[in-house]
Amino acid sequence: MQNLKQHLIDTLLILAIAGPFTSLLLALVGASPADAFGHLFSGSFGSWSKFSRVLNVWIPLTLCSLGLLYAFRSGLWNIGVEGQLVLGAVGTAGVLRLGVDAASPLLVLMLALLAGALLGSLWALLAGWLKIKGGVHEIFAGLGLNFVAMGIILWLIFGPWKRPGIASMSGTEPFPRELWFPMLEGWRVSPFALALALAAIVITAWVLNHSRFGLNLKAVGHNPRAVLLYGLSPQTYLLTAIIISGALAGLAGGVQVSAIYHRLIPAISSGYGYLSLLVVMLANFRLLPIPLIALFFAALNVGSIQLPMMMQLDSSLAGVIQGACVLSALLVFGLRRLKKGADG
Amino acid sequence: MNNLSLTLLLAGVLATAAPLIIAALGETLTEKAGVINLSLDGSLLLSAMVGFMAAYESGSFTLGFAAAAVTGAVIAALVGIFGIYLGQLQVAVGFALTLMCKDLAYFLGNPYARLQGPQLLSLELPWLSDIPLLGPVLFRQPLVVYLSLLLIALVWWYLYRTGRGLELRAVGENPEAAYTRGIDPRRKQLLYTLVGGALVGAAGAAFSLGIKPGWGRPQGIEGIGWIALAIVIFGGWHPVKVALGALLFAFLQVIGISLQGVWPSIPAQVFQVAPFPMMILALLLLNLAQRETFRHALQRRPGLALLVRRLQGAPPRALGQNFKPDR
Repeated sequence: MQNLKQHLIDTLLILAIAGPFTSLLLALVGASPADAFGHLFSGSFGSWSKFSRVLNVWIPLTLCSLGLLYAFRSGLWNIGVEGQLVLGAVGTAGVLRLGVDAASPLLVLMLALLAGALLGSLWALLAGWLKIKGGVHEIFAGLGLNFVAMGIILWLIFGPWKRPGIASMSGTEPFPRELWFPMLEGWRVSPFALALALAAIVITAWVLNHSRFGLNLKAVGHNPRAVLLYGLSPQTYLLTAIIISGALAGLAGGVQVSAIYHRLIPAISSGYGYLSLLVVMLANFRLLPIPLIALFFAALNVGSIQLPMMMQLDSSLAGVIQGACVLSALLVFGLRRLKKGADG
Repeated sequence: MNNLSLTLLLAGVLATAAPLIIAALGETLTEKAGVINLSLDGSLLLSAMVGFMAAYESGSFTLGFAAAAVTGAVIAALVGIFGIYLGQLQVAVGFALTLMCKDLAYFLGNPYARLQGPQLLSLELPWLSDIPLLGPVLFRQPLVVYLSLLLIALVWWYLYRTGRGLELRAVGENPEAAYTRGIDPRRKQLLYTLVGGALVGAAGAAFSLGIKPGWGRPQGIEGIGWIALAIVIFGGWHPVKVALGALLFAFLQVIGISLQGVWPSIPAQVFQVAPFPMMILALLLLNLAQRETFRHALQRRPGLALLVRRLQGAPPRALGQNFKPDR
């Protein structure tokens, strides 16, 4: 109860800093903050169709954020999540390109998602391996691999996987309709993808908080030397954590390809990998707030799309609000830590 | 390739490298003092926008550069205060800032997109520009290009030949020891985070007012901040090697444009990825070189050993760790 109260106070404090800051910026460019916030809300929750678009952002964002949580628990900063998402998309697209001749479409789709998760985890394993065997800090290994992944996807789209005749930034040839994840009548979101994200939340909650693996992971993150005494190998746990992290990011990339874009485009990640790092930071590395924050961020992303048309504002307002929230959170958490240090 | 196109190539490399050198040297100063400012990509973009806006409104380049430098310093101050004084992870603050500043730049800069703004004119250096063949091309550049080259020497001299430079390196290597000698590591670190940030800001203005003039979404310098961060590592935190790394990257970029003609199917962005595997390789070498088995293997290959020694550079020992005075 004490905890819940503190989280509520923190949330209110964060909003009390980020809200006025954003309003000030809006006033600075001569826009009415009330109008802007109104458009953000109506653009995301205004209709079922808009809300289903929000869910389409929420799914990959949540998958990536959950993955990050495993890495953070073990003490790893998996900034390479962006590249793992991209490679996941490549893996899924690679299988979908083969077509449906051999098996039923659903089986191909499942295989494609699996390939995405596999490629994502391999890309993560590379970063983990560089860290453990090569002593390369995971932030720089991850960042570097993100850009290499970008190079790979561009090369594929302009090279081996280009459209017949024309190679362009618009991406590869769309996959045949049978290989699109099925949607229910009137839905713009795939119920299967939605179920996947919900299942990932439940499983992650159990693994991290109740399984032996999750507890050991936490111990490794807190004190990698001490766990050696218990006969645990910190390296194995670090690698496992980053592999799971990469698999979930790869799955997110697979969803982007198979349920949303139905082809491979250069901007297939939509920056959700990097954005998921902000989600987890704002959640203060805890699981429970993640689905809610991901929903908030997704709503901002979708709601901001209509800003240029309705108010002649740049849609990057969404990113400004997201960043302002995270920085306010870092300030609030930092001040609280300072106070705790002074008290104790 | 005849003489003229070779000098043209060289001039292109110098101009392309100038803002990158300034930004990377700024980050070198910051990291040498033990602070890692990960916000470079966003702060370059935001200061490029602010610099363009200020110069457009006032018609003064000085004001443009000053506004950009202040922008860079303010962003760096956030990294410094949140990290050094509030104990938050420096990389976390820097990362959040890099994403936010990029969006902030697009948001606030929207009214200035695609406007024809002021643009730095080339400056002819007297005497030197009269040198046949080389002179007219090499010594007719915007002032900022000459300044970037001057800055290399200046940063090197400051770091390795002055008392303050020694103190800067001391707080980056061993803040506890510096503290017992009466230096306040946190104040020093904040100072050089600000100085580094101001240089990054100036580099942003060098882009939007000279090397990649104008403002828009995209501006065309997205990703350069990450490249600057990679180059600091690749250059082993040594100002001269960092500058050489920036020149090497600029060379690859200029060459890449010509290579486009050779392999038209490969987009230029693929060539831009090059600094990142190089950064990873540099870090890998750095750590492998400390291992006994690797050293033995190197002794049998003197050529490779020399290369490793040249590439090697150790990160400041306290990099990214927040110093607590009462510990």
